[in-house]
Amino acid sequence: MSQPFRLNKEGLINRNKKISFTFNGKKLFGYEGDTIASALIANGIHLVGRSFKYHRPRGFFGAGVEEPNAKLQVEFNGHSEPNVNATEMELVEGLSATSQNCWPSVNFDIGAINNFLKMFFPAGFYYKTFMWPKSFWYKIYEPFIRKAAGLGVASLEKDKERYEHKFEYCDLLVTGSGPSGLASAYAAAKNGAKVILAEDKPRFGGTLLTDDVSIDNLSGKDWAEKIVSELKSMPNVTVKNRSQVFGYYDHNMLVMFERVSDHLEKKSKFTPRQRLWYIRAKETILSTGSIERPIVFGNNDTPGIFLSAAAKEYMKVYGVLVGKKPIIFTNNDSAYETALEFKKNNVEPIILDTREEHSSELIDEAKSKGIDIRFSHGVIVANGYKKVKSAKIGKLNKDKNSFEKIETIDCDCICVSGFWTPSVHLASQSGNKLKYDEKIDAFIPDKKKQHETSVGAANGSFTLEQSLKHGFENGAYLSAKITDTKTEIAIPNVNEKKYGAHDKFWCMPLPKNENPKRFVDFQNDVSVSDIEIALREGYRSIEHVKRYTTLGMATDQGRTSNLNGLQLVSNIENKIVPEVGHTTFRPPFTPITIGTIVGREVGMEYMPTRKTPMHEWHERNNAVFVDAGAWKRPRYYKQGNETLFEASKREAKNVRENVGICDVTTLGKIDIKGPDAAEFLNRVYTNAWMKLPVGKARYGLMLREDGIVMDDGTTTRISENHYHMTTTTAQAANVLSHLEYYLQIVWPELNVNVVSTTEQWAGAAIAGPKSRDMLSKLYPDLDVSNDALPFMGYKEIDFFGVPSRIFRISFSGELAYEINVKSDHGLFMWEKMMEVGEEFGNQPYGTEALSTLRIEMGHVAGPELDGRTIPSDVSLNGLVSKKKDFIGKNSLGREAFNVESRQKIVGLIPIDRKSSIPEGSHIVKDKNVKSPNPKLGHVSSSCWSVENNNPFSLAIMKDGKNMIGKKFFAVSPLKNKSIEVEVISSHYVDPEGKRVRS
Amino acid sequence: MLYIKCPYCGLRAQKEFSYGGDATVKRPNINEEVSNEDWDNFVYMRKSPRGKHIELWQHIAGCRQWIKVQRDTATHEIFQTAKVTEEIR
Ligand SMILES: [Zn+2]
Repeated sequence: MSQPFRLNKEGLINRNKKISFTFNGKKLFGYEGDTIASALIANGIHLVGRSFKYHRPRGFFGAGVEEPNAKLQVEFNGHSEPNVNATEMELVEGLSATSQNCWPSVNFDIGAINNFLKMFFPAGFYYKTFMWPKSFWYKIYEPFIRKAAGLGVASLEKDKERYEHKFEYCDLLVTGSGPSGLASAYAAAKNGAKVILAEDKPRFGGTLLTDDVSIDNLSGKDWAEKIVSELKSMPNVTVKNRSQVFGYYDHNMLVMFERVSDHLEKKSKFTPRQRLWYIRAKETILSTGSIERPIVFGNNDTPGIFLSAAAKEYMKVYGVLVGKKPIIFTNNDSAYETALEFKKNNVEPIILDTREEHSSELIDEAKSKGIDIRFSHGVIVANGYKKVKSAKIGKLNKDKNSFEKIETIDCDCICVSGFWTPSVHLASQSGNKLKYDEKIDAFIPDKKKQHETSVGAANGSFTLEQSLKHGFENGAYLSAKITDTKTEIAIPNVNEKKYGAHDKFWCMPLPKNENPKRFVDFQNDVSVSDIEIALREGYRSIEHVKRYTTLGMATDQGRTSNLNGLQLVSNIENKIVPEVGHTTFRPPFTPITIGTIVGREVGMEYMPTRKTPMHEWHERNNAVFVDAGAWKRPRYYKQGNETLFEASKREAKNVRENVGICDVTTLGKIDIKGPDAAEFLNRVYTNAWMKLPVGKARYGLMLREDGIVMDDGTTTRISENHYHMTTTTAQAANVLSHLEYYLQIVWPELNVNVVSTTEQWAGAAIAGPKSRDMLSKLYPDLDVSNDALPFMGYKEIDFFGVPSRIFRISFSGELAYEINVKSDHGLFMWEKMMEVGEEFGNQPYGTEALSTLRIEMGHVAGPELDGRTIPSDVSLNGLVSKKKDFIGKNSLGREAFNVESRQKIVGLIPIDRKSSIPEGSHIVKDKNVKSPNPKLGHVSSSCWSVENNNPFSLAIMKDGKNMIGKKFFAVSPLKNKSIEVEVISSHYVDPEGKRVRS
Repeated sequence: MLYIKCPYCGLRAQKEFSYGGDATVKRPNINEEVSNEDWDNFVYMRKSPRGKHIELWQHIAGCRQWIKVQRDTATHEIFQTAKVTEEIR
């Protein structure tokens, strides 16, 4: 065993299980229960990374979420993850960690030259340096900044892990399992409330694990264990460790990030890696504790400098010494506990206390143990480059702005404490304004904004007795409001050490002619002088100072720097801190993985896939699918080596010459019933609907209130008070909401009900000159003659024993029918049609052929009804009634809609009869004009006309109706094409519409 | 994420609803003469208040009813929800 800084007995790690890992290629080991940080420190390794701007050597500073420096690239369980906090990530077998932001290595980093060029990196250097000459930006400055500004590297591999989302509801969510959190959860649970207790760390108990206290004669740790095990046994309580509540959103919605299996060496296939919890809590207890803040001094970023509570945690939780010759530098009593802990482990600390000589319970104890305490003292500057070797310390004068005596003493670590900052991030996120508490020199939550109740250290109470009392009281009070139960719980007896007052001291002065860097924000390399520069340059608002200097803008959100930054600004500005104000806290509290945010919604699960009942037949027959919203539709059926172009041409030609069938199940279908259904349709559609007889269909056009075409489709009168409406595939959901809006809000007096039946019916269109022959074979008992079943006719009749509906409607412009059967019979219908249609040359056709057929007929669809066209633009003004009112009618009178040169749909053919015109092309008069070239219109839909065997397009053109016969250019800069075209009618095939009526 | 009380279904998450704009807008009666100004006001002109706003939401992934919600546009506080046939004061 060669871990020079591991204690023999102390700690909560499992010494029976060794875990091997590597750091920067070096093989090391730790124990189960270690973090990467504790295992490295046990091995005597402190230099873990380089700082962001100056590439200064950096080591560990904290022991948890507050850590600003130790962000590593970590490979484990098949992942490579950047910016992993080494103080939080648990050690797992085979893990391999490497330093970031250094090249070629953390020991010898070329970027460290920035440290000597620091005049180039002052506050605002992003805005000042690298600006001129402009042409240098792309080739020189940007690549340099990218290489230098190093965080980790995101993996380019697909993340194969499973991430989950979970939705929970509870009476009380408790965020943090320190004393106040445990007490709140316990009291609420005893009142029968549904409680979720969330703890970020692997171990429950918070400060109870490290503080020298007793509760009801149990150690803090044992008491926490007892309470947690009782909570775990209660059916109304969910207890979660490794779970951080990182966001407090509207209406008491909190979001929690659970690290389910990152710490496991093996797990089952379906165990997620991480889980995101959406928790809707009736009440929330914020027991998030507090974070120690440092005192600012020279070279305070040198590896080996720790927060004092972190040093204590490394000893008590991990059995690790952060050094063997420690200086404890403090302005308050809490660091004395760290000193006593060192002493207990036979290490001799020196305490430098900024306060004048005085006495308190802890000071007296330290004295009695023979610890060297130097009052009115502090560290001026740390010496050592990659590890602290000694410290220049000074005796402060009475005003604490200069020194009475300066000396240098040896040390291998400095543990610093500048008092405690409540973790108010969740309260602030909930909308709580926060207030400044002068007693503790920090912000605490103000009046409740939502249902958040802060207790314990998060609320500024730093004694165990008070924290427990608040916890029990608030847990009981909040839960009793919900469960109406009051269970008496005796508040336990507490034994803790009394702290004396802290010193309102946060930054060491510098002796004359000395100017070492004094860092406020370690992660973003923001020093005291940077903030001074920002203020000198006129920045006043703390939000501006923050952005200009990047203070508190790193991934640690300034957990250890915000308050010191505020103190500095308030000192220079001669304002008190609350006047300076604070910056806003935003979620997430700590970085979380993208995978967790995404959850299961990736790949095939990104959205539901809608398949028609005939889907498997299409698959079996080489259909190539296209997405139509969530639907999969056959685009074409590939035969041999056919291309899309060849296949769609073959399919469309076969419809024009023989007969084809197309799966039209995806069309939106809405069932409309009620005595006022006809009146309703009459108001919804632009054309007249009062006189449509039973058994007849009609084409209808729907507008929005602003006169723009919303959708089109056919509606059939099934019986007296029953209609079947079809919509386009894309607009199905919008049309239903639109109808519901008018029925529920605008015309509730109409007795009509609507319901979507899209998924109830399978649909197939039979189109082509031989479709009637095929229909008669499909329905031997049906009179299929033009008289008995005319265009827009409707019949209900069995299809080989299953009920079916026949609509004689056409989208292809050919003689055509649409057959609907119940979805369950869809595949049966399709296969029957393929079987019966063989003798007529029937072939299935996909959406590409369908488009070709409708385009050359001049039938409009989505590309023309694009939310910008009115009926006359698409030559459908014949469907606009002059006699009745309908949705959008009043808008059609608008002046711009009625000008002579209003846009209109036209057809385009290339002069060379060969070049296909790209959709989206602009129509211009002269292709050689330098842009902006006046645009006369745009190409909406293009196809290869199978009827005329040349390209044909639809376009919406300004003054379209007067353009027929003229020549223009269709230009597509995107495709680098410019094609000379002639304007013709949009009805390229069968302009009189004879075929559909034949 | 908002927590909206559907008068038919109870408290449901925002993702079950879709937003439908100002609920106080009244469509001119069908078949009635409307001045251009009134029509323009109905189609285009909307207030965008900071504070209390009565608006329509549709419980699209639930009962499909349109409902009225009185919400503070700045804080998202919801004061009251009601059926569209009911008044919110
Ligand atoms: Zn509902």
